[in-house]
Amino acid sequence: MAEWAAEGKEPEILFWVGCSGSFDQRAQRITRAFARILQKLDIPFAVLGKEEMCTGDPVRRAGNEFLFQMMAYQNIQILNGYNIKKIVTACPHCFNTLKNEYPELGGNYEVIHHTTLIQQLINEGRIVLEGGGQFKGKRITYHDSCYLGRANQIYEAPRQVLEALDVELVEMKRCRSNGSCCGAGGAQMFKEEEAGKNRINLDRTQEALETGATVIAAACPFCNTMMSDGVKLAERESDVQVLDIAEIVEASMKS
Amino acid sequence: MNWFPQFLFLLILSTAIYLFAKGIGKLRSLIAMGRPDLPTDQPAKRWGQVLRLALGQQKMFRNVPVAILHLIIYVGFIIINIEVLEILLDGLTGAHRLFSGPLGGFYPLLINAFEWLALGVLLACIPFLIRRNLMSIPRLQATDLKGWPRRDANIILITEIVLMSLFLLMNASDTLLQARGVGHYAHAITGDFTLSSYLHPFIQSLSDQNLIWIERTAWWLHIIGILAFLNYLPYSKHLHILFAFPNTYFAPLNSSGKMSNMPSIQQEVLYAMDPSAAPAAGSEAPPTRFGAKDVQDLGQKNLLDAFSCTECGRCSAACPAQHTGKLLSPRRIMMRTRDRMEDLAKLPIDQRANDGKSLLHDYISVEELRACTTCQACVQECPVSINPLDIIMQLRRYQIMEESQAPAEWTAMFGNVENNFAPWKFAPDDRDNWMQSSS
Repeated sequence: MAEWAAEGKEPEILFWVGCSGSFDQRAQRITRAFARILQKLDIPFAVLGKEEMCTGDPVRRAGNEFLFQMMAYQNIQILNGYNIKKIVTACPHCFNTLKNEYPELGGNYEVIHHTTLIQQLINEGRIVLEGGGQFKGKRITYHDSCYLGRANQIYEAPRQVLEALDVELVEMKRCRSNGSCCGAGGAQMFKEEEAGKNRINLDRTQEALETGATVIAAACPFCNTMMSDGVKLAERESDVQVLDIAEIVEASMKS
Repeated sequence: MNWFPQFLFLLILSTAIYLFAKGIGKLRSLIAMGRPDLPTDQPAKRWGQVLRLALGQQKMFRNVPVAILHLIIYVGFIIINIEVLEILLDGLTGAHRLFSGPLGGFYPLLINAFEWLALGVLLACIPFLIRRNLMSIPRLQATDLKGWPRRDANIILITEIVLMSLFLLMNASDTLLQARGVGHYAHAITGDFTLSSYLHPFIQSLSDQNLIWIERTAWWLHIIGILAFLNYLPYSKHLHILFAFPNTYFAPLNSSGKMSNMPSIQQEVLYAMDPSAAPAAGSEAPPTRFGAKDVQDLGQKNLLDAFSCTECGRCSAACPAQHTGKLLSPRRIMMRTRDRMEDLAKLPIDQRANDGKSLLHDYISVEELRACTTCQACVQECPVSINPLDIIMQLRRYQIMEESQAPAEWTAMFGNVENNFAPWKFAPDDRDNWMQSSS
């Protein structure tokens, strides 16, 4: 983004990568897949790069409001400083914080989740999918992210993207507004789970596996981690993949 | 004319109204302990919520068969109140079936409709009793409900069955007495009612005197039962029939993913980041408690939530932590919040602030709070817009910011966010490394 600013340009859209998308090796692949989609379509976008910071979602939900306010203040200073108007992000937690929590702190942007943007691009005919791609005929189930679904009512965009592919989309018993959590939210990602009978990610992965799907589609890097771990623990790594919507689309695009 | 029954009725009615007003007054004063936060903006949208969720029971229909049974009881109870109005007026004036004259031919139609509703309520309560006591439905048999809550639920269902039965028995004996032309019963001829006439074979061998006795007993028990039930509400989970309305009115209009802001901290951080914006030392208000330790620190909406909860457990059934056997149950969060308020209500007001106990620790444990994934399934499920998550988050804030108690991994995560601007220990300079590596 600093380079855009140096040239006196303002990008149409800022890609907010998020900490997971920046540092987590698995999530980096999602980030690259989404960036490649934008590049293939010649959609100019900027990233904050080294200037991006955690939105504060996990610390706020852990209870550390001071730290959240510090992160929010710094991010809003940077975003407003660059006069950012539209943000796309592949992380539902960043999405929720930027969209719902920053406005009352002085950060007002049009925030869009990458699945919504991809769906729009498909509808506009800009993303053209191969009919007989590598997912042709595969059974895919979509796992709803809490912060995309219940928090922001985005249930259909990811599903419509998958329906645009020639796949068999199957639903888990608990889906859409009934969808069950992967277990990562509320800063659980960053601590051991409390004692119980089962791990939440295993419980959810089991439900996904019961659909007979060979691909579990996710739209959140944290869900992706939790479900991937679940698939590993269930020893189904060899026949079941956990993929982000962006990865599925990128692999199915006509180049 | 014997004035004694009217006098007795007036006495019972005024006592019941007085006690009910007192009960509600007590609840109001308990809710007033919280931070004033009941919103009144956008009334049109709020009335919309009341109409959709409370009156229209929209969310109940996430489970259609149960929603239909619940709707029958609900509609029955509301509409039958028109009949209660007549009973009250009869009781006060000493008349018998006061509305039968003015309403003429419409009156039997009305009472017939009430009888059908009464039967509907009576029958709908039976599957509910079976679901609670004989079937295995996790949310209805959970340990949350051990003891009083389960008894409370059964008392409500049985009371409803008894009240409806008394109503039908009253009509059956009344119409029989009309047919026999006994006393004042003969002055309000309504003809038999469809359903209660099925009770005639069981009572028609009785003498006039015994029938009058049955009719009067059913009449008195029915109305005393209703007044007693009214006064039971403030002590019961059944309060939801009243509180669902204000609770859906005051429910947030924005996303369930948005956490409440803390302007005091926002200001503090702003002054720290930009000292020129800070007011002169000493001019700021004394710091308040960060987060909530006890019910007095919670918002009034949280406390209204606790009284609106009918302990149905839809929240806990949807909670991923509860589903995987963790200690956390969102329903229990609401029940314990109400328990805390009711325990405080037993103390004189000046001792409430200092009874050596608090909602956090003594009523809700840290382990419960720590199990929450903030997935909002509990908020989504609640038919009357209760938000257990908001209470959990406020207690977490107190834990972290006042008690400085966090699991070690969280402390490390806070350190990473503060120093490296990411929850993991990566250098901020590596944030754009994803661009370099391929695949």
